[in-house]
Amino acid sequence: MEKQTIGKSLDSAAGMNNQKNIENNKNNSSVVINRVTDKFSDSKLIIYAHSLLGDDTIVVQPAEIINVMQFLRYDKLLTFDMMIDLTVVDYLGNQQIHPYLSDLRARFEVVYHLYSIDKNHRLRVKAPLMEENAFINSITGIWGGANWFEREAWDLYGIVFQGHPNLRRILLYEEFEGHPLRKEYSKTKRQPLIGPRN
Amino acid sequence: MEEGSFGLGVIDESRSAETVLSDSVVITQLDKIVAWGRKYSFFLYPFVTACCGMEFMSVAGPRYDIDRFGAALPRFSPRQADLLMVVGTISHKQAPILVKVYNQMTEPKWVFAFGSCVVSGGMYNNYATVQGIDSLIPVDVYVPGCPPRPEIVLDGLIKLQEKVETNPNTMMVKGIATVGEADDRKIT
Repeated sequence: MEKQTIGKSLDSAAGMNNQKNIENNKNNSSVVINRVTDKFSDSKLIIYAHSLLGDDTIVVQPAEIINVMQFLRYDKLLTFDMMIDLTVVDYLGNQQIHPYLSDLRARFEVVYHLYSIDKNHRLRVKAPLMEENAFINSITGIWGGANWFEREAWDLYGIVFQGHPNLRRILLYEEFEGHPLRKEYSKTKRQPLIGPRN
Repeated sequence: MEEGSFGLGVIDESRSAETVLSDSVVITQLDKIVAWGRKYSFFLYPFVTACCGMEFMSVAGPRYDIDRFGAALPRFSPRQADLLMVVGTISHKQAPILVKVYNQMTEPKWVFAFGSCVVSGGMYNNYATVQGIDSLIPVDVYVPGCPPRPEIVLDGLIKLQEKVETNPNTMMVKGIATVGEADDRKIT
């Protein structure tokens, strides 16, 4: 992986002009980022890409997540054969941290971490989601290991993964109401199965 | 019947049980001898859920060795156990299981709260964690620590032994834990 410089700030690269963002970041990008942005250069699919501190990151349109993931998994130069992690961030009230979130009026961001055992490189893929459309296609068809990660994301954040074979709670009990890691879930709210509500 | 046989006639001091058997026996009360036996033969049920389990292994192993106190034989059926060792964080999802295990234990039975999470919820004051198992079942010994050192566990075990030996309440039947559906009782 080539050495990166921390030249460009996130702010300067963000905005609605996707193509321009990608062009701006080319100087600050890696082999992986170049490969992905070249592949999807003629679409609006990649919202934003950077390689800050050597961590390759792309932000993609949530509706196209399967297309992107298929390419990342099966492309001969990328071969991301391992899904390391899948999690969600709730940016309620903090959307200004990433300007593209404000532009899309997105509240959540599904974060995927991918690794290629063959090529020894990594990539972070982020998909912003609006509160009222908190659903995204499941990637269990590409990486079977995403199954329980998506169940956990559903359990704690209430993100619906469409096409998941068994989308039900994994950590909490079925009687639990709501999704406790959402920012609007009160930190003092308790709903035990038995005993006092302490 | 011949005069002088047991149970009849004049009491012959020279033939009383104490005199005849002299130093061969010790006269005591049944409660005391039973408590003494129980004190040195805990059959514990390890309800291990979290990182405190590592410290439990340490205290059960040869270096600290709870076998010296007669409490080394874990039983993995609550029917055969009389000391419930609750080791590690109890979540609301596990609370019904814990109460079921406690209710399946036969009398007399004792509960050992091992670690801060079991005592009070510890550092977890959130949607998932029971704030102390004494809100569900009666607890005999509280051993805080995150995790507790083996020395304090042994101290707790010795205190429990003293309690078993001296406190007449431990001889009483505790009955099942009467924890029902979730309610709004506050622990003060």
